[in-house]
Amino acid sequence: MSSASDPMIGIVDLRKTFTKGKETITIFDGLNLAIPKADFVAVMGPSGSGKTTLLNLLGGIDCCDAGTIEIAGIRIDRLSEGQLAHWRASHVGFVFQFYNLMQMLTAAQNVELPLLLTRLGGKARRERVEAALAVVGLSDRLKHYPKEMSGGQQQRVAIARAIVSDPELLLCDEPTGDLDRRTADEILSILQLLNRDFGKTIVMVTHDPAAAQYARRALHLDKGHFIEKELAA
Amino acid sequence: MRSVLLQMLAVTAINLRSLPKRLWLSLATVVAVGLVVMVLLTFLAMANGFQRTIAGSGAEDIAVVLRGGSRAELNSVVSLDQVRLIEDGPGIAKRADGKPQTSAELYVTVDGIKRSTRTKANLPLRGLGPQGPALRQGIVITAGRMFNPGSNEIIVGRALGGEFEGFDLGQTVAFNNTRWTVVGIFSAEAGVFESEIWADLPVLQSLFKRTGAFQVVRARLTMPASIEALRSYSDGDPRLKLDVMSEADYFAQQASSTADLIQKLGWPLAIAMAFGSLAGALNTMYSSVAARASEIATLRAIGFGGFSTFVGTLVESMILASFGGVLGAAATYLMFDGFTASTVGGNFGQVVFHFELSLRVIGQGLLLALAVGLLGGLFPAMRAARMPIVAALYG
Ligand SMILES: Nc1ncnc2c1ncn2[C@@H]1O[C@H](COP(=O)(O)OP(=O)(O)O)[C@@H](O)[C@H]1O
Ligand SMILES: [Mg+2]
Repeated sequence: MSSASDPMIGIVDLRKTFTKGKETITIFDGLNLAIPKADFVAVMGPSGSGKTTLLNLLGGIDCCDAGTIEIAGIRIDRLSEGQLAHWRASHVGFVFQFYNLMQMLTAAQNVELPLLLTRLGGKARRERVEAALAVVGLSDRLKHYPKEMSGGQQQRVAIARAIVSDPELLLCDEPTGDLDRRTADEILSILQLLNRDFGKTIVMVTHDPAAAQYARRALHLDKGHFIEKELAA
Repeated sequence: MRSVLLQMLAVTAINLRSLPKRLWLSLATVVAVGLVVMVLLTFLAMANGFQRTIAGSGAEDIAVVLRGGSRAELNSVVSLDQVRLIEDGPGIAKRADGKPQTSAELYVTVDGIKRSTRTKANLPLRGLGPQGPALRQGIVITAGRMFNPGSNEIIVGRALGGEFEGFDLGQTVAFNNTRWTVVGIFSAEAGVFESEIWADLPVLQSLFKRTGAFQVVRARLTMPASIEALRSYSDGDPRLKLDVMSEADYFAQQASSTADLIQKLGWPLAIAMAFGSLAGALNTMYSSVAARASEIATLRAIGFGGFSTFVGTLVESMILASFGGVLGAAATYLMFDGFTASTVGGNFGQVVFHFELSLRVIGQGLLLALAVGLLGGLFPAMRAARMPIVAALYG
């Protein structure tokens, strides 16, 4: 059993730069971060401060120049690209601002995608898909296509897709950035539920202070460093 | 393993379901590949039909005997002793008087002037005995008469007379410093003979200083299967280093060189066009990868391997190309299968034949289509597999 104080994310001395032509921009230089298991962290900060880049690094779809990134005891900065793909399939779920659903697949088929990377058979996959869609309250939309659903519903499908393979970490990049207040609250409540009742560790980028209220704490990223602010529970 | 397969299936299904978004570009590729296959199949059907027609005009119950390995009459030499041994061989039909139905023949070439181009060409001049015409199908003297034995007379095949100067009935022609009179015109069922000049064997042998020399022996078999008996008889006698085959097989072998030529014209043309369609396929597939960049990146973020996006792209390309191949084959079938053409081919004079698609021919067309699909998809698929996830995710 893991206790809530076990580290989920440990970043030490992280360095990340981008090269555009001859220009090199340094996003992080000596960034440190520790997030315990079952935490729900809102990452805030001005546009261009590197919030998305941080999520990409945590999710193993981008790599750093120096430093270490450890997720649930695994040094992902040391994994090869193939190993990272494997790791992502079982350890992390992404939720994007614009949902990133496959337009030509139904809700159920979209949610099933991560399960195609597992050893589960067809029947087990179907059960898992239905369970995930039930968690986000879309049991009645299995056969609907993304274009037949509202933005909030599409984001719920995306959340179901992110949790269907039961990863311990969810990375959400402005998950409510494209939604109205009411719908945003629904989505945030689902994330909160996933954190509270399912023990998911969640890192959510947002620049909406109201959204950050759903998290256990908020981190402010500015000029490549974090400033922590406790939130009321 | 199963997971890899599922991944590839999923990516391929996603690609194919999004095809309607790239409908026109994809259709253009299908049509381009279809045209390539059509050109190839038209040539191959022509070659195939030609060969089958020529082979079909040969008889199964006529044996053609040549020197071993000579392949064509012109390169063959058969001695008088060998002729005698063949005449005594098994399986040969006899006349009422008990003599074998055989014809030992001399085959030389002489010069002629083509009417259309006024250029010189080699014409076959055949010396044969009285049984020669009867050992060929449907020889009919259409004008004049048969040559008289022992005289400098010739009869001329109808096709040759039409194409070359100086072979009208009654005209005199000079071959090898000897003069010959055209006394007859003949037609034949097998087009090849209509492009020949025939003379009396002993006269030709003596005037061409080839007395006692032959190039071919023809024999009527008691039945088609008798060819085996005659062949093993020949193979078993060390004095007879000869090839024994049916007229049908001999024609088929002769036609194959012309059919080869048609194929050798068709393939380069089709391959040149294939490069054009390859450019189209590459363009289509690169556009497809670009259009699917965000989908590919999302799948990769979920944990799909680069290999599955590689395969998915490749399969899409191969499927488009196969559609093109099938379309091209169907169009060729509808337009050309059974289409009648005629050609002046090799030794065959005017040959009327039908285009004929066979499974083998269609298979070659589809193979070319798949090759275009494979090459056209390979580099775009590599791009898909190596696409940087982050850049593609956020446009
Ligand atoms: N792939 C990339 N190549 C070059 N520069 C990039 C790339 N991704 C992000 N950046 C730059 O890095 C900085 C941080 O970007 P990002 O992490 O997207 O910020 P945020 O999400 O906080 O708005 C920005 O200045 C952005 O222009
Ligand atoms: Mg961002």
